[in-house]
Amino acid sequence: MSDTLQVPTMAEMMAQGKEPEILFWVGCSGSFDDRAKKITKAFVRILNKAGINFAVLGTEESCSGDPAKRAGNEFLFQMQAMTNIQVLNGYNIKKIVTTCPHCFNTLKNEYPGLGGNYQVLHHTSFLKQLLEEGKIGLEGGSYKGKRITYHDPCYLGRANGIFEAPRELIRKLDAELVEMKSCKQRGLCCGAGGAQMFKEPEKGDKDVNIERTEQALETQPDIIAAACPFCNTMMTDGVKGKEKEQSIKVVDVAELIADAEDL
Amino acid sequence: MDFLPNIIFGLLLIVGIGFFARNIGRLKSVIALGRPEDRGDQSGKRWAQMARIALGQSKMVVRPIAGIMHIIVYLGFIIINIEVLEIILDGLLGTHRIFAPLGKVYDVLIGTFEILALLVILAVVIFWIRRNVIRLKRFVTPEMKGWPKRDADYILYIEVVLMALFLTMNGADYQLQQLQVADYIQAGSFPVSQFLSPFLEGMSAESLVLLERTAWWLHITGILFFLNYLYYSKHLHILLAFPNTYYGSLEPKGKFNNLEAVTKEVKLMMDPTADPFAAPPADAPVPEKFGASDIMDLKWIQLLNAYTCTECGRCTSECPANQTGKKLSPRAIMMATRDRAEEVGKNILQNKGSFTPDGKQLLDDHISREELWACTSCNACVEACPVSIDPLSIIMDMRQYLVMEKSEAPTELNVMMTNIENNGAPWPFNQMDRLNWKNEN
Ligand code: SF4
Ligand code: SF4
Repeated sequence: MSDTLQVPTMAEMMAQGKEPEILFWVGCSGSFDDRAKKITKAFVRILNKAGINFAVLGTEESCSGDPAKRAGNEFLFQMQAMTNIQVLNGYNIKKIVTTCPHCFNTLKNEYPGLGGNYQVLHHTSFLKQLLEEGKIGLEGGSYKGKRITYHDPCYLGRANGIFEAPRELIRKLDAELVEMKSCKQRGLCCGAGGAQMFKEPEKGDKDVNIERTEQALETQPDIIAAACPFCNTMMTDGVKGKEKEQSIKVVDVAELIADAEDL
Repeated sequence: MDFLPNIIFGLLLIVGIGFFARNIGRLKSVIALGRPEDRGDQSGKRWAQMARIALGQSKMVVRPIAGIMHIIVYLGFIIINIEVLEIILDGLLGTHRIFAPLGKVYDVLIGTFEILALLVILAVVIFWIRRNVIRLKRFVTPEMKGWPKRDADYILYIEVVLMALFLTMNGADYQLQQLQVADYIQAGSFPVSQFLSPFLEGMSAESLVLLERTAWWLHITGILFFLNYLYYSKHLHILLAFPNTYYGSLEPKGKFNNLEAVTKEVKLMMDPTADPFAAPPADAPVPEKFGASDIMDLKWIQLLNAYTCTECGRCTSECPANQTGKKLSPRAIMMATRDRAEEVGKNILQNKGSFTPDGKQLLDDHISREELWACTSCNACVEACPVSIDPLSIIMDMRQYLVMEKSEAPTELNVMMTNIENNGAPWPFNQMDRLNWKNEN
């Protein structure tokens, strides 16, 4: 782990009369969940290394409203959205990158109708751009030949058609990308979406994350890659449930890259 | 007297088509019960979407076996229906094989119809085996008991009977042509029905004429019957798949509608200059009911969706909740919506044009809360549907009703929402700690 992270806030930037190129939207999970915070930091390390001029909202960021909307509380969702839009527009934000597909989807698709128009990128698309522009290189080689299976987050893949960016990054690691039997358009949910993350599942024979973990294990992976903090939690729990946490790691694509870069 | 068959035929046609038109009228009025939603924009994209998904069957081939067989039956039906045009003209004008002067073209046409008819029979037999012998999982789930199961089988039987009648008619015609019976001009080629010859060769000309005429009349009567069966059946999709894919969403699947009524309210709340105690203007619209508890609260497109559903179960077999044994089945959501829409439609008819409350609604009487709360909003059902149906949108509208009108969310979700309200995060963390990760190790 290198030296301290450079994480300027919008307020600080503003005070110095600067404008960042891009806003990093951290999201609730990335801010508070212990596992997800590691993903946040890995992503920041990449941003720092690549010399990206970015900022975060810090304490001015608030929940995007996605779980409220999907639970049926349109009122709370729009309150959150409009409060956030006020802040974002106040800082004249043009471009946003986020590590959470739920925030990504909401900001990109549902904020414009409420007056929030930004170019919104998921971090996997952004990282792919950095790679193409030569701002990051992936020579680490520590993943060479490792079997990695990639779990498509519903709100990144099916909901917004982003299937290739994360896969391309994994291939660039010289790793062996192995697909699960349900992948891409037909990817199986991890079980967290639609506010399920915050409640007990309904009665059934199995939890969704166990079903998905079983599909992942069928590919005999060394690593299960995810691109969503919620999927990460669900798959990590699934792998633990199968007592495989010693041999199989669940990691975010950003962590794979930060690792390969030796950051 | 000579015109009697023509007259009978004309009447048959009028009754058959008239009854069908009446049902379509009913269907339209039920769909019109839904709330408005603009789906008329971007017609270029919409035509393309319809051409790709309905005409081109692009979603069907995701499952190759069922997909290819479905294309055979679909093409067979569309193409063989050119024959129906000839039958109708013959019936009305008292001619026989009115298109025969097309010569070679006619031979090719009839030959093609025959081959397609045979392929349709084969495909239908395989479909029947998949449903009744192999009993594929998606065809034997709880919502497929009773009428839906019988409906699916009846459709297969009707298709076989229609094709068999068509081939019998041609087979007899072929024999009569060989015998050079008057009126039976040499026309058409019979690559399939000629193999019926061994059964027909011994028959007298009179019996053959009787057989040919019987098959002809039954064939057209059967087609008119089938046309009228559609409204009561999942087979309605052969018509509605076209408008349904045309009006299907063009947006990314993750984009859910923002409720306009809420936007107005929130804007007012956030506007520091607004007077919170001002009386609403006299012409203010009655506040809209949030979400849906019955079919009148759904949008017309969702009702069209319900009538278009083919009950194929592709949605349900991809649903993570259903795969893990939860009660939720997106197909059942669509079937329940159609059942309730029919119930309301009948109620309105019986009460001379207005709905008389029947103490029932879509929520609880047709769709349970247990189903609604099991959904992960993953969109797998929407992706899987071969005719652009969106079961998820109905689930979300009903959740909205439960939360916004009834405050009846599961307790844990209420906790989550209170957290968002108070701390700006779904967990009980302080918003002021949002950047703490920066300095943690
Ligand atoms: S969106 Fe809901 S109903 Fe549709 S497949 Fe996913 S969990 Fe099932
Ligand atoms: S909603 Fe679509 S996928 Fe589901 S049963 Fe109906 S037609 Fe099939």
